[in-house]
Amino acid sequence: MTSPTKAEGSGPSVALDPELASTTEADKPKKLEGRSPGQLMWQRFKRDRTGMLCAGVVIFYFVIALSAPLLTALSGTNPYTLYGQDPTYADSPVLDDFGLPLGWFGGVSGDHWFGVEPQYGRDLFAMLMYGMRTSLFMALGVTVLLMLTGITIGLVGGYFGGRTDYWIGRVTDFFLAFPQQLFFIAFMPVVTAFFVDPQEETPTYFRAVAILIVLWLLGWMGMARLVRSTVLSLREREFVEAAKVSGASPWRIVRKEILPNVVSPILVQFTYQLPSTILTIAFLSFAGVGFVEPTPDWGRLFASGAKYAEQDPAFMFFPGVAMVIFILCFNLLGDSVRDAFDPKSGR
Amino acid sequence: MFQFIIRRLAGAVVTLFLIGAVTFFLFVAAPSDYASLACGRDCSPARLEDIREALGLNLPIAQQFWDFMSGIVMGRDFPDGHCAAPCLGQSFYSGDFVWDTIMDRFPTTLTLTAGGAVCFLIIGVGAGMLAAYKRGSLLDKAATGTSMVLSSFQIYFLGPIVLTIFVYSTGWMEDPKYVPITEDPAGWFIGMSIPVLVMATIFTAQYTRMARASMIEQLAEEHVRTARAKGMAKKFVFFRYAWRGSMIPIVTVLGIDISSMLGGAVVTELTFSLQGIGRLAVNGATTKDLPLTMGVMMFGAFFILIVNILTDIAYAYIDPRVRLS
Repeated sequence: MTSPTKAEGSGPSVALDPELASTTEADKPKKLEGRSPGQLMWQRFKRDRTGMLCAGVVIFYFVIALSAPLLTALSGTNPYTLYGQDPTYADSPVLDDFGLPLGWFGGVSGDHWFGVEPQYGRDLFAMLMYGMRTSLFMALGVTVLLMLTGITIGLVGGYFGGRTDYWIGRVTDFFLAFPQQLFFIAFMPVVTAFFVDPQEETPTYFRAVAILIVLWLLGWMGMARLVRSTVLSLREREFVEAAKVSGASPWRIVRKEILPNVVSPILVQFTYQLPSTILTIAFLSFAGVGFVEPTPDWGRLFASGAKYAEQDPAFMFFPGVAMVIFILCFNLLGDSVRDAFDPKSGR
Repeated sequence: MFQFIIRRLAGAVVTLFLIGAVTFFLFVAAPSDYASLACGRDCSPARLEDIREALGLNLPIAQQFWDFMSGIVMGRDFPDGHCAAPCLGQSFYSGDFVWDTIMDRFPTTLTLTAGGAVCFLIIGVGAGMLAAYKRGSLLDKAATGTSMVLSSFQIYFLGPIVLTIFVYSTGWMEDPKYVPITEDPAGWFIGMSIPVLVMATIFTAQYTRMARASMIEQLAEEHVRTARAKGMAKKFVFFRYAWRGSMIPIVTVLGIDISSMLGGAVVTELTFSLQGIGRLAVNGATTKDLPLTMGVMMFGAFFILIVNILTDIAYAYIDPRVRLS
């Protein structure tokens, strides 16, 4: 066990002067003052070493993705330059006569840290960094959007109940009956056609918007169901009744009484939803309907990787391992967050 | 029971109709009309008019919709011949009837989905049960850890790795391909084993974790404890009493997962260059072939709805408390 001084100093909940609390014995009872659920959760989470480690890794990925331009400046490469074909780089060839990378493990070298792409000679390190940026921040945007939509729909259905709930439930079921992945594939071109003239080239930013719309449209149902069922059980609780009796408006009840109680399942769901959104975006690019050449994207790297797998399996290594570590950590983080909120669950 | 099936089937028909309607109108309502989508860039006005004529796009939208929907029930006549009852139209691109194309490709997807499901249920649930049985042992830790890592792999990453190891570098296996089971059962088994196993691996992990958690929960139940207390053997209680209860959440998740299994089959097909429904959907989307895309969508939805109904029936068998009403 650590000394009491140390244990108290590490707690975030010490609202009173920490020095005072740790030095004088008489102040001890004051520590009994209530801690908010958020503080309790944070304390439990901090004790979970796997969770902390994984949170660190996930943050690390986001920082890397955010600083992609910085990192590629450091490596001196660019995700769009065709190092194998550009005559500027003719004096330092990266590809052999068959278009395969020269050198060890897919052309890993001081100039190209993760090797180069066969055929074109694009730098894999730069492509992966920029690709992660595309994927992670797209996924963050999509997840936030569909969480907000799901929460709103679930709140309305759960709180108002009755006919509203019935119809919202039917619409949710209807959306759930869609063969999701097939729908994603089929609708990307259609959504694009709504805004872009097929006679013209689709701009890259618009591909991002189309992915966002398609994933948003078919992604909110899980959240809506979760929030609805939670709200449904909360609605009958005494504190909600008390608020109702004392004349609070529905809006106030939803905001002040119900929402704070749904926060933890929402947060847990969020940590599970984000990696799955990343995978869905990667899936779209892999299937060839998401981002296309030459936009760097994580999923597109796998599509090229599958193409080159027979000649140059090393190409797949870095993007693949990066993704496995990321998804693994995100899943473990999700479990830790769940355990921190609800110590009774799991294990 | 009978009544339940009838009601669910009626619901499924309504859902299918709505999915068809939504798909159709989303395609048709897109401001740049369908012919120009099919025509692509550098399209002359005369050619556009020709395409529109050939595809029947100059008819009113309501008429087109009616033609499509009634075709499913009654069949349709095309200039190239009659398209029999479940008629999903004629591909703009190849001119084949969509239903025939789907039926041609579906066995591949079905093999992947059903074969994958059988594999991951046996391996995954088995491993999960074993882990729960020997809870806290090395075996438990190994199963939990492995499943955690495996569930983070993706088909499009694991697939090429397996291909590199077993096909490209050692030559132990041949490139995966689909051979109809009716023609050559052994060839079918060998050809599809890599894709099915790769697809199953991804799902196995998830089910191991779920089966373990659900089994542990069941073992804490009163009726299980009572059975143990009155002296029944551990194994007997475990496999007869707890097993049944622990299957309920698994069946539920299996029913929900069927959509993502279909998605998994799509990725697997793309990874291993197999010709299934997923490849068809991608082709339909990239060649902008409305009838093909709609057909695949409707067929996929139909498949999911049927499996959902089957799941609900399986429910009633596993849990006698469930009333199908």
